[in-house]
Amino acid sequence: MSTYSVSDSTAAAPRAAVAFANPSGSYGVGLAASLAWLAFGLSCLAWPDVGDWSRTDSLGIGAIVIAACVLFGTFGADYLGGAGEGLRKRAPWLVALGALFTLWEVATAKFAWLPLPFFPPPQAILEVYTDDLPKLLDSVFASIKLQLGGYLIGAAVGFLTGVSIGWSQKVGYWVHPVLRFIGPLPATAWLPIAFFTFPSSWSASTFLIALATGFPVTVLTWSGVASVSSAYYDVARTLGAKPSFLVLKVAIPAALPHVFVGLFMGLGSSFAVLVVAEMIGVKAGLGWYLQWAQGWAAYANMYAALIVMSLLCSGAITLLFRTRDRLLVWQKGVVKW
Amino acid sequence: MVTQATTEAIVYPAVGAELDIEGVSHAFDIDGATLPVLDNVNLAIAPGEFVALLGPSGCGKSTLLRLVAGLEKPRGGTLREDEIRITGPHPSRVVVFQDPTLFPWRTVWDNVALGLEAQGILKTQRHRVDAVIDLVGLTSFRNAYPHQLSGGMAQRVALARALVNDPKILVLDEPLGKLDSLTRIAMQSELTALWQRKGFSTLLVTHDVEEALVLANRVIVLSDRPARIKADIAVARPYPRHRGDPYLAELRKQILGLLGLEATW
Repeated sequence: MSTYSVSDSTAAAPRAAVAFANPSGSYGVGLAASLAWLAFGLSCLAWPDVGDWSRTDSLGIGAIVIAACVLFGTFGADYLGGAGEGLRKRAPWLVALGALFTLWEVATAKFAWLPLPFFPPPQAILEVYTDDLPKLLDSVFASIKLQLGGYLIGAAVGFLTGVSIGWSQKVGYWVHPVLRFIGPLPATAWLPIAFFTFPSSWSASTFLIALATGFPVTVLTWSGVASVSSAYYDVARTLGAKPSFLVLKVAIPAALPHVFVGLFMGLGSSFAVLVVAEMIGVKAGLGWYLQWAQGWAAYANMYAALIVMSLLCSGAITLLFRTRDRLLVWQKGVVKW
Repeated sequence: MVTQATTEAIVYPAVGAELDIEGVSHAFDIDGATLPVLDNVNLAIAPGEFVALLGPSGCGKSTLLRLVAGLEKPRGGTLREDEIRITGPHPSRVVVFQDPTLFPWRTVWDNVALGLEAQGILKTQRHRVDAVIDLVGLTSFRNAYPHQLSGGMAQRVALARALVNDPKILVLDEPLGKLDSLTRIAMQSELTALWQRKGFSTLLVTHDVEEALVLANRVIVLSDRPARIKADIAVARPYPRHRGDPYLAELRKQILGLLGLEATW
């Protein structure tokens, strides 16, 4: 999430500077944000719920506390340093979120304009996080474990395969046709076969996640290694480089930007495999939790799990981008995502 | 200036190697046809000599350099460095290409250290990297990345990357060809100074007649492809040379005539 916001905020900086040149204007947005959250809190407390939810009052009080914090932060921004500046930048979003939550609260819990139970109110989702936390956390850990294992195996194998076929024509001769034949097949198509050929659904899913990750990583590593300018090799060779040096210190660093594109693509497709595998075969994880919640018509649990899932996926991508930015500092000024 | 006087007082041993090019012919296969690029080239370079190769564009000058560097093997004839046959690249014969071809993922320091690292002697020889970066005047840019450098600075780094290996033969493939004329003139003087201090043999490919005459002891004029040696001209003038020197002007006229460009004089 933050990687997007980093580039967004730099792009938006000049506009923001213009908009907030007038301090009373910035107070105005902060005030509106505070009022929006106050409205959300009051909307929770003002009317009786149409259903039976235990966290309505806590949610209302929480929203009012947030409103108070925003109010305090807005007028004390100059004394809060970075936090105050951050609040000022995000104030328009806080207004939108407060308004959205108010509308959501009123439309579901208070007047049931949206049909229940398919559209649970915010307090129902809060209730999931407080009351069903152990099960949700277990699912989160199961998903992370499965995803991480499969992804790391797939990325490592894909990277090594990509370097080998990019470097050696002999390896390329044998691996390339296999890759072309198997690679484009969506990894999920293997699900039925994988589940009865592997000893456990867990190992089957790990294999499929690795497969989904490995294909794009292989192809992009390969194209990265293959596209390294021969001038780099000439330079290194005249300086006394042996073949191992050419691979490790020339081909791989030069191919690294491509490799990260592959890792990014692999991450996306492996998420898809993870969720499907958990829904179908694995008896743990967020995908399984979603499936389980649907079976019990526990719609609030589904939304809660979906929110957690999206945070995890976006967190994983942010982590990947951070790693890339650290490893590829030399690329500064070159195209970025 | 005091420091400069003291460094100049140090006597550097002549480290240059002898280079013998004997009956070298080379050709490329393009679409099934054989394209001859070098035709029986004979050239001997004495230790510490600065030789410039001049010739029309595409005549095979750069191919000859690739053969000297050991990046390719000739179809005919032999090349010898100090009586030893050249069979492959060696850090005693380092090439500086027209493009600096710095590794963009390495800092200036790491780029210069490349040769020592590839030879596995960097750990004990780090001071050589520092010294040569000082020598080309890039001390304050040692941690910069190539994209932060100007064209002239990048070419200086490429030069430092070659010099850190203490080459016996420095092979220069139009190293100043892409620089603006002011930077080029400045770098020509630096190159002469480095060559005089270090004493390596130098083989320079250029298509700038004036550059060849200002820098080299000998100017070899090559014919159109396939390249043969058309003339071997000694430039008997002490350094530093002056561009307006009538002797050099006379040679320039002669060389342009050999290249079929006398009308432009």
